[in-house]
Amino acid sequence: MNEQYNGSQLVVKALQALDVKYIFGYPGGSVLDLYDALFQQSEIEHILVRHEQAATHMADGFARSTGEVGVVLATSGPGATNCVTGIATAYMDSIPMVVLSGQVPSNLIGDDAFQETDIVGCSRPIVKHSFNCRHAEEIPTVLAKAFFLAKSGRPGPVVVELPKDILNPAQFFDFKMPENIEMRTYNPNVKGHPKQIKKAVSAILGAKKLVVYSGGGIVLSNTSLQLTQLVESLNAPCTNTLMGLGGLSGTHPNFLGMLGMHGTLEANKAMANADVILALGARFDDRVTNNVQKFCPDATIVHVDVDPTSISKTVKAHIPVVGCLATVLEQLQSAIDASKDRIDRSAQEDWWYQITKWREQNCLSFDASGEKIKPQEVIRKVYDITNGEAYVCSDVGQHQMFAAQHYPFKNPRQWINSGGLGTMGFGLPAAMGVKVAFPSSEVICVTGDGSIQMNIQELSTCLQYGLNVKIVSLNNRSLGMVRQWQDMLYGGRHASSYMESLPDFVKLAEAYGHVGIKVDTRDQLDEALERAFSINDRLVFLDICVDESEHVYPMQIKLGSVDEMWLKKGVKA
Amino acid sequence: MKRILAILLENEPGALSRIVGLFSQRAYNIDSLTVGTTDDQTLSRITITTHGDDRVVEQITKQVNKLVDVLKVLDLTEMQHIERELLLVKVYARDEQSRAAVTRVCDVFQGSIIDMGKQSYTLQMVSGKDKIESFLDMLRHETDLIEVVRSGTVGIGRGDKALRS
Repeated sequence: MNEQYNGSQLVVKALQALDVKYIFGYPGGSVLDLYDALFQQSEIEHILVRHEQAATHMADGFARSTGEVGVVLATSGPGATNCVTGIATAYMDSIPMVVLSGQVPSNLIGDDAFQETDIVGCSRPIVKHSFNCRHAEEIPTVLAKAFFLAKSGRPGPVVVELPKDILNPAQFFDFKMPENIEMRTYNPNVKGHPKQIKKAVSAILGAKKLVVYSGGGIVLSNTSLQLTQLVESLNAPCTNTLMGLGGLSGTHPNFLGMLGMHGTLEANKAMANADVILALGARFDDRVTNNVQKFCPDATIVHVDVDPTSISKTVKAHIPVVGCLATVLEQLQSAIDASKDRIDRSAQEDWWYQITKWREQNCLSFDASGEKIKPQEVIRKVYDITNGEAYVCSDVGQHQMFAAQHYPFKNPRQWINSGGLGTMGFGLPAAMGVKVAFPSSEVICVTGDGSIQMNIQELSTCLQYGLNVKIVSLNNRSLGMVRQWQDMLYGGRHASSYMESLPDFVKLAEAYGHVGIKVDTRDQLDEALERAFSINDRLVFLDICVDESEHVYPMQIKLGSVDEMWLKKGVKA
Repeated sequence: MKRILAILLENEPGALSRIVGLFSQRAYNIDSLTVGTTDDQTLSRITITTHGDDRVVEQITKQVNKLVDVLKVLDLTEMQHIERELLLVKVYARDEQSRAAVTRVCDVFQGSIIDMGKQSYTLQMVSGKDKIESFLDMLRHETDLIEVVRSGTVGIGRGDKALRS
């Protein structure tokens, strides 16, 4: 007779079969049977967080850096609702994640039982899909489907609700993992339509002013090498979105820098003046397009995306191609290589000449002559000291944009940030997730005094699991990006953007058993960074006092076209 | 512009609310919605009528198609189709005069009287939206309406073409 397992053991067996190595979670009444089953095995390590939101961001950081599915376990009710921000963050950035949520026993569902919420209902608008698991026998199949959905097509978070009674340790069932997952209603497109590929190639090779605009899809689909090959074979200028940084190396000569609200002048100018835009796994987010009505009026837009809803959602695509980037890039490259047509090299030379002119304006320059430390110089020094090799996880705010602008990312998955939802509090737990995956790599959390306080309790988790990340906090005693907008758009009225009672972050780090280093003046900076980056067996919290009046530039002018930008305070491009 | 979408989807708990949620979270209005299982008990069919220009309806259709539970979506307005709605209406019919009037209206519109009370008739009609509205107008002219129930539109393509798994 086959060995039999109870519901909790079935969950664990299925997760093992799905090659899960880590679960980020927090126990509670409805999932205690499952925790007991986890306790009695050693293949899967459970990381106990201090708040479920952080568990979702950790799983997210783990998923973004590895490309695997991040797994979260939370109890019913408040445990599950605490996950909502992290689920929404993963949904907006298309991150593969499975959230296992406890639920009250089936016979109590709908009775407002203790610690009951309808988490499937709560999370419906922010998941790729969700499952109410109602019978223990179906656990392996449901989990196999959840993982398949989370990582295939356009990836995303999937919620699985597990009522307490089906995890009951006293009832036993066979364990059978489905070999193939087939869902008649779910067939994501893989191959681009040959006719559309043909049209795309003819547009690309006919272009005089081509720009490749690549987004997070390049990173998610592991097609960075293919992108680089395409860009090089065409000698095309290429810009990455905030989510796509590292898709083409930040040091590649064809890289124009990031585009969009705080993108470089050359990237945005090139977009605005392009005659053909090849958009790859990018979704024309409003932080890129600025005013959609004025967006690249003369360009033929070729848009490749695995998700048909992304195409022509905000900006009409003239040549849509629906398919997996890996396959479509292969199709494009072989059609380009086989084509008799060749790109007009002399027109391209003129185009590069024009782009070089824009580049020469050196839009990311900043004035570091004053007494106060500039946030940009901190990021550049961090880049130097880490040889550009570190994983950089950012929170959300000015520091996020400074990191995106001033740390050129060589590789995809090296830059981890909450692009779509803009979740403050993401940085530290995400960095912890990366550190779990890559314990011997340098993992930095670039944050600010506002963001870090949103999940600062996780310093305790860092101590428990020896997650020795480097926290680089650009402390400007305010909510920097809010303050910048108030300076620029609200007459300098700093409504609630000022942090009046900041903790002593050094003492705080020390209270949690870590190393804290405070940097007040420029002459302390190099030494502090050297000291911080020489410590590898402890978490280091660098509290760096920066110029609070510094703004992030360049910045698109509100409701303007993509290239209408402020270069400095009061200086338009 | 009015649109009628026919949607074939898994007959699963939560599937309908995903569709409805998608409309509300994107601020698309639903004018009517009907749902029932098909000859295949594992599949439900929804007919949704909504309003929007081509761009909006393209987005709606794509978004609905993207839902994991959804098998197929068809925009019936783009093809020759039949649409029907069921109306049940209870009207006052207290005396001979009003009973005769209601019966006459019902005959002309090819509705049917399916129940009667001491002072009311309950009528049924299956038809398109316009005819149902004219019928109600005419009834209102003859007597007072007590209760009106409308099913919302169901639709199907003309000819041999079918929306099936």
